[in-house]
Amino acid sequence: MPPTTTTPKPHPSGDNRFKLLDRAITKHQSRGDALIEVLHAAQGIFGYLENDLLVYIARALKLPLSRVYGVATFYHFFTLKPKGKHTFVLCTGTACYVKGANKIQHAAEECCKVKFGQTTPDDKISLVQARCVGSCGIAPVAVLDDKVAGKLTPEGAVERLMAWKNEKDEVTA
Amino acid sequence: MTVEDLQELAEQEQQRQEKFTNRLMYCAAAGCVSCGSINVRDMLKKALAEKNLAATVEVVGTGCMGLCGEGPLVKVLPEGTLYQRVDETVARKIVEEHLVTKTPVKDNEIDTSHPFFAEQMKIVLENCGRIDAEKIEEYIAVEGYAALARVVTEMQPAEVVEEVRKSGLRGRGGAGYSTGLKWGIVRKVQSDTKYVVCNADEGDPGAFMDRSVLEGDPHRILEGMAIAGYAVGAQQGYIYVRAEYPLAIERLRLAIKQAERLGLLGNRIFDSQFNFRIDLRIGAGAFVCGEETALIRSIEGRRGRPRPRPPYPSEKGLWGMPTLLNNVETYANIAPIIRKGSTWFAAIGTPKSTGTKVFALAGKIRNTGLIEVPMGISLRKIVFDIGGGTPEGTEFKAAQTGGPSGGCIPAAHLDVPVDYESLSSVGSIMGSGGMIVMDSTSNMVDVAKYFMDFCKDESCGKCIPCRVGTVHIHGLLERIAQGKATTNDLPLLEELCMMVKETSLCGLGQSAPNPVLSTLRFFRNEYEELLQEPATFVPSGTDTPPTTH
Repeated sequence: MPPTTTTPKPHPSGDNRFKLLDRAITKHQSRGDALIEVLHAAQGIFGYLENDLLVYIARALKLPLSRVYGVATFYHFFTLKPKGKHTFVLCTGTACYVKGANKIQHAAEECCKVKFGQTTPDDKISLVQARCVGSCGIAPVAVLDDKVAGKLTPEGAVERLMAWKNEKDEVTA
Repeated sequence: MTVEDLQELAEQEQQRQEKFTNRLMYCAAAGCVSCGSINVRDMLKKALAEKNLAATVEVVGTGCMGLCGEGPLVKVLPEGTLYQRVDETVARKIVEEHLVTKTPVKDNEIDTSHPFFAEQMKIVLENCGRIDAEKIEEYIAVEGYAALARVVTEMQPAEVVEEVRKSGLRGRGGAGYSTGLKWGIVRKVQSDTKYVVCNADEGDPGAFMDRSVLEGDPHRILEGMAIAGYAVGAQQGYIYVRAEYPLAIERLRLAIKQAERLGLLGNRIFDSQFNFRIDLRIGAGAFVCGEETALIRSIEGRRGRPRPRPPYPSEKGLWGMPTLLNNVETYANIAPIIRKGSTWFAAIGTPKSTGTKVFALAGKIRNTGLIEVPMGISLRKIVFDIGGGTPEGTEFKAAQTGGPSGGCIPAAHLDVPVDYESLSSVGSIMGSGGMIVMDSTSNMVDVAKYFMDFCKDESCGKCIPCRVGTVHIHGLLERIAQGKATTNDLPLLEELCMMVKETSLCGLGQSAPNPVLSTLRFFRNEYEELLQEPATFVPSGTDTPPTTH
């Protein structure tokens, strides 16, 4: 059993997101070997993989929960914790490293007051490290909310992070 | 779809393209898109509409044109003029000056006789920058699927295997095993069900060759896999592609759909008895899944952990069935080999390493981007002629090939020919094709530490030498870098590296110490400068307790 760190919330019946997930599971005929595909779909729909969600998937695919939890924790792409509103993915591939990605790393950590792999306490910004996003021609690179920013400088990174930080809270967010 | 239908389709598309007086090709690969090539496209279209040229000039999004560091790139056909750093103003100028008043935009024009272009030889990347990756018709117009048609209608499976073997093609994933021999083994195994798998889990940091091929010419991979399926007797193929490449995934999905619609994948291909389907499997960010047995486990929906070999996947692979596993670039070479013949291919490169190799050139170098060169070219030519050397004021120090499994090649070995054997003789490997240039500002102990940090994180934890060894090597390097290590630590580091290399289960652990060993071999002085004389004996690594993965 996974450690129950979060208090399980009851899923309101008729949550449309589960309908989407069910559709993804049916598409793969509830086959156990489609587990990674289903986890991708689930993370896409829910944003992260909550413990209850893993239980749900394990039952739907008729797999032991240990298998589902094992796979979800093995792969870096899956996250079991919610992410911030914005994500700053810094590439730390070799080309970016040679071109000074670690300076950007320090600047970003200083600016957000959290380490990479963490989310700011106000849930606004998640700092994430990627091994290589494959845009080495324009190194150093960061991916800001799915948009690739090339030839980044520490100052440029801080500027964008500050813009996110100072963003006014929206009720609909 | 018959062979005649295919030819008709090709002619139709050629005629359609000939109707245009000019074709504006903008680079729609990930690098240029992130520099704003989509805005450039919109501006080109807008300017064309304003000049009433929209009907006679076509705007086409293509795969990577190579010079990624100078993007966004736009090529004007049929002249072949190439423009760099195109923003919206330049885009407008291209239409108003180049197309209307016929004067090229001098400031942004790239001299295509520059060695960056002249020294290259394109086979794998021949269609990148030439066709719209999202239109199957454009691929068919440049002889796409002609090789598959020929194989299915005219050749016996054994002949196909023999043709590939004679070409001398070797696995482009890095290990360099003969592709023809591998195909032969899978073909000979008796089984009703076999699989063909394409390894597109390009995990090496600093490598983006496979991504560019998948984004720029996805049909070439499908064709190569279908030919492989026919040759070995498989009916099902899988492409395992990284989740970090959303654009490649999108284009592959589209390509598979288009090929199925035209009957180039599916049942009775070209009215023969041959059936072949391809499915996509998305990775989830695990470097170890580039290892073949781990990749197979991952396709089965499990944790991507390697298992001991033998049995090799060619005997017992996916779901216990014989499985042919090749890299993206290997499959990309298949269609040209069938089309132009094995003799043509074998004449390129060196006798033992035939054909070309794609490299992703990056780091401290002037021309960064994607290049394809004949095997056997000297490293000096790649770095100084094609790459234009290091930026002003710095000196070339080393070229790193093979990612975390490779090594650093110092300036003294710049004349080494780039082929499988020569690179391993200088302590590096061909690898999948990442080439990072380092200049005098790079500290080699730091570089070694960087790669060990990578391997430590990516070790799957199954075997102890890799799981524990990488942590300890990293700890030792950390001590050395901080100046806390003594002269006793260097032999210890070497001993540990050899131990991890010799006793690890899979390629990840076996090659993880390579960057350390190669920097120790060529830049030992940088390590020694940081060492102190031992005062009293302190057991090494005690300040970095082993952590479990």
